[in-house]
Amino acid sequence: MYETNYHRAGSVSEAASLMAKADDGKFLAGGQTLIPTMKQRLAAPSDLIDLGQIAELQGITEAGGSLRIGAGTKHADVAGSALVQRLIPGLAKLAGGIGDPHVRHMGTIGGSVANNDPAADYPSAVMALGATVHTSARDIAAEDYFTGMFDTALEENEIITAISFPVPEKSAYAKYPNPASRYAMAGVFVARFKDGSVRVAATGAGQNGVFRIPAMEAALSANWSADAVASISVPADDMLSDIHGSADYRANLVTVMAKRAVAAA
Amino acid sequence: MGVQGIGARALRKEDKRFITGKGRYTDDMTAARMTFAAFVRSPHAHARITGIDASAALEMPGVEAVLTGEQLVGDGVGNLICGWMIHSRDGTPMKMGAWRALEPEIVRYAGQAVAVVIAETQGQARDAAEAVVVSYEELPVIVDPAAALEPGAPQLHPEAPGNLIYDWVIGDEAATNAAFAKAAHVTRLDITNNRLVPNPMEPRAALAEYDAAEEHFTLHTTSQNPHVARLVLSAFYNIAPEHKLRVIAPDVGGGFGSKIYIYPEEMVCLWASKRVGRPVKWVSDRTEAFLTDAHGRDHRSEAELALDANHKIIGFRVNTIANIGAYMSLFSSSVPTYLYATLLSGQYDIPAIFCNVKAVYTNTTPVDAYRGAGRPEATYLVERMMETAAREVGLDPAEFRRRNFIRAFPHQTPVIMCYDAGDYDATLDAALKAVDYAGFPARKAEAARRGKLRGIGLSCYIEACGIAPSAAVGSLGAGVGLWESAEVRVNPVGTIEVLTGSHSHGQGHETTFAQLISDRFGVDTDSVSIVHGDTDKVQFGMGTYGSRSGAVGMSAIVKALDKVEAKAKKIAAHLMEAAEGDIVFEGSQLKVAGTDKALPFFQVALAAYTAHNLPAGMEPGLKEGAFYDPSNFTFPAGTYVCEVEIDPETGKTQIINFVAADDFGKIINPMIVEGQVHGGLTQGIGQALLENAAYDESGQLITGSFMDYTMPRADDVPSYTLMTTETICPGNPLGMKGCGEAGAIGSPPAVINAITDALGIREMAMPATPERVWKAIQDSRRAMAAE
Repeated sequence: MYETNYHRAGSVSEAASLMAKADDGKFLAGGQTLIPTMKQRLAAPSDLIDLGQIAELQGITEAGGSLRIGAGTKHADVAGSALVQRLIPGLAKLAGGIGDPHVRHMGTIGGSVANNDPAADYPSAVMALGATVHTSARDIAAEDYFTGMFDTALEENEIITAISFPVPEKSAYAKYPNPASRYAMAGVFVARFKDGSVRVAATGAGQNGVFRIPAMEAALSANWSADAVASISVPADDMLSDIHGSADYRANLVTVMAKRAVAAA
Repeated sequence: MGVQGIGARALRKEDKRFITGKGRYTDDMTAARMTFAAFVRSPHAHARITGIDASAALEMPGVEAVLTGEQLVGDGVGNLICGWMIHSRDGTPMKMGAWRALEPEIVRYAGQAVAVVIAETQGQARDAAEAVVVSYEELPVIVDPAAALEPGAPQLHPEAPGNLIYDWVIGDEAATNAAFAKAAHVTRLDITNNRLVPNPMEPRAALAEYDAAEEHFTLHTTSQNPHVARLVLSAFYNIAPEHKLRVIAPDVGGGFGSKIYIYPEEMVCLWASKRVGRPVKWVSDRTEAFLTDAHGRDHRSEAELALDANHKIIGFRVNTIANIGAYMSLFSSSVPTYLYATLLSGQYDIPAIFCNVKAVYTNTTPVDAYRGAGRPEATYLVERMMETAAREVGLDPAEFRRRNFIRAFPHQTPVIMCYDAGDYDATLDAALKAVDYAGFPARKAEAARRGKLRGIGLSCYIEACGIAPSAAVGSLGAGVGLWESAEVRVNPVGTIEVLTGSHSHGQGHETTFAQLISDRFGVDTDSVSIVHGDTDKVQFGMGTYGSRSGAVGMSAIVKALDKVEAKAKKIAAHLMEAAEGDIVFEGSQLKVAGTDKALPFFQVALAAYTAHNLPAGMEPGLKEGAFYDPSNFTFPAGTYVCEVEIDPETGKTQIINFVAADDFGKIINPMIVEGQVHGGLTQGIGQALLENAAYDESGQLITGSFMDYTMPRADDVPSYTLMTTETICPGNPLGMKGCGEAGAIGSPPAVINAITDALGIREMAMPATPERVWKAIQDSRRAMAAE
């Protein structure tokens, strides 16, 4: 790791002002991506601004048919929250399946969504539930937030403060993990809302990160069953291809995981 | 812990320090004025070095020196050697390219060291290493071993035209061809044994200290064989004469073969410590471990099995291309020859075998012995062929094996080995019973109802451990003898120290060796300590690899114990005024047989040291040493049965049941043996399902981290069903055969045989990743649809 200056911010505004003063600063949330990257000498921020002790980023609350999760909430806390388990069990299950126990007790929802790793789990839930990303500057709708692989609508120095998830009637997440890294090779989140609308989003598989699958959404709106999506496939041309899985294989996994998510919901 | 003898499930004495974080590993060692080394490594797999500019690095904070290959060669440091000479079929010696610890001219694999930075801290050394500017002129790269043999392929070493190191043969070619000419059935398969990265939990490390006044070096290092390291560093690399070089291998966190060898980094630390006049420490990071620890396996073979009309095997013919990597590592030449092709007879009576092995240079990390070393490659080949042949001729695979088992011992195979003892029906019977072989069709049908494809696969492996005897391996080209030494020191109060040339890096010697002493002299295992891993303490030793510590290392201890007992009996006879022949050991006492006269062992020990009343002419003390050179290899064997279920939608293979029935001969500590089998099986399953060292065409290792290289995890493997049968090895005093590698040797073909059974196909490459399996299912569905 290269030498860096560590700062612990006490509030979101202090974090922003520390960042403004830094030469080439980085916000540090749970550090589950950033720290290994720095240890491999692949990132060399001049300053690390730690968001981990900021009280206003913590907490899980219910308000107006929506579940608000503070950006600093750790995966294990989302997974273990009785509130999340009751309102959006699919989200609790997703959080409980991220990485390993170490990662789940360090990594945060804000860090994950800010990083937008194309194989991360949370983006699928944010997209499929039509969540709102609250930041230090504004609120961003899920559709506008994810702009590509490791790319988001966040401006420089903008900090995610919380994410609000509309509470669905039914939801579930199914993922097929990469055998080595255990990141998603294909993870599909399905959600059905009280008005009968359905949203389906897949992570891990697409070349541009998380994506919705309109054909599956339409089919499931008409017939909420695993069979309804069994014959719907996503174009392999849009899928990632690497040593662990070709585009064809990933396209197949998207359909299989969608079926399993619907069956589990 | 009490008296815990042979056969006791004694808890491991060493675990207290390991599980409380008190182990002492090389990286825990420190020295006054210590510096740190960081290596400058080639990013290219094949390139000419056109310049090294260290000026910026030398200006950086804390930098003591930047050293290059030119300086290393100028100081007379020798090239790295390969310690086993192989001759080609035309009688010419193997063709070895020069390997320098720091390469001054042409780098031949990505990650090869070209310079080293010595600095005050590890961070400073690494920062400065990045500031060393090396200019390269890239050269064409070859990574595929078969393509490396083609005319026009990029050439690695001028010493080895066509990249061919040797073209070696074993067996009777004419007899084998004659067998094929009259065969009723011939089974053919092309078989690849995938390349693996060893990945011990503790990466390699070294701390080198030079005492200028005494002209003496001390090296703490992660070695499986510190005496061999000292021998090679002295005799070939000109570091220092043996008496001026102490090598200490303290606690070592796993080796699997990868810590047998002398690598560039450790010798560079020694050389640099003298050059800079300060101790030098280097600790490999995981990336360096992936790039520079010797890899394992990497064979491409064509195999043919000839059967007569009664389904008896009459001939076996194999052509293998072995990828050696960019340089010949210490024992690399022996792995695809004498550790491989000598096991091609498996458990079977095969009258004619012929094998040709071409060893090839490529622009990849050097390949050497890795858990099993040659024997997994042989077993995979034999057991894939057995399963395939049985299916082709329509015989039950178990029955086909049974028809061809060797049943009379000793059995001389056509490929050097003479099997001393075994009962292959016993392990096959035990395994089939445990797995409920007869009930498999019902389980398969039940799985099918759940939409799952169930398969069962066998592997009847044999391997050769305790590589020996010295004269025999010498005649086959080994540069060293393969014996072991031991010294037993009985202290005046009866506690016992055993000095052994074996080295424990996870095997539990401190427990099993103490059990041997406890068994023999009736002493508490807590009264016994095992001393190993230090060339200043132990006179000499060949170290631990090839499952040799029990069969060879403990045999040396037994010989020393025999001498101690003989002397103790003489003293006891003298003290109790009895005839020496009447003295017997009972528990912890020396008794006069048939009387109630007895002396505790510790009193006899005390008498030996007070020396007030010893037999006339006897030297005081109770300390004996022994060297043991085995008369033959040992031959552990067994049957593994793997039962899998495949999810056709994802291609995911789940191992439902894995039964291992092993014959390891006499077992000292069943718990430790089970641990060895668990680890071995998991490594073998890792090879079969998960692990693969993959290079791209430019010679970059694309599975260079745990993000891409799939190490087996707990949820990848089942809860194993283990059992043992016992035929006593006649070749050593304890009747032991060895258990350290069997799991890794026997399991891959069982897994692949189960998968091919489940899918109803002939071939499946390792690792059988979910995608490969899914594709195979798609392909066979397409083929069926086309019919």
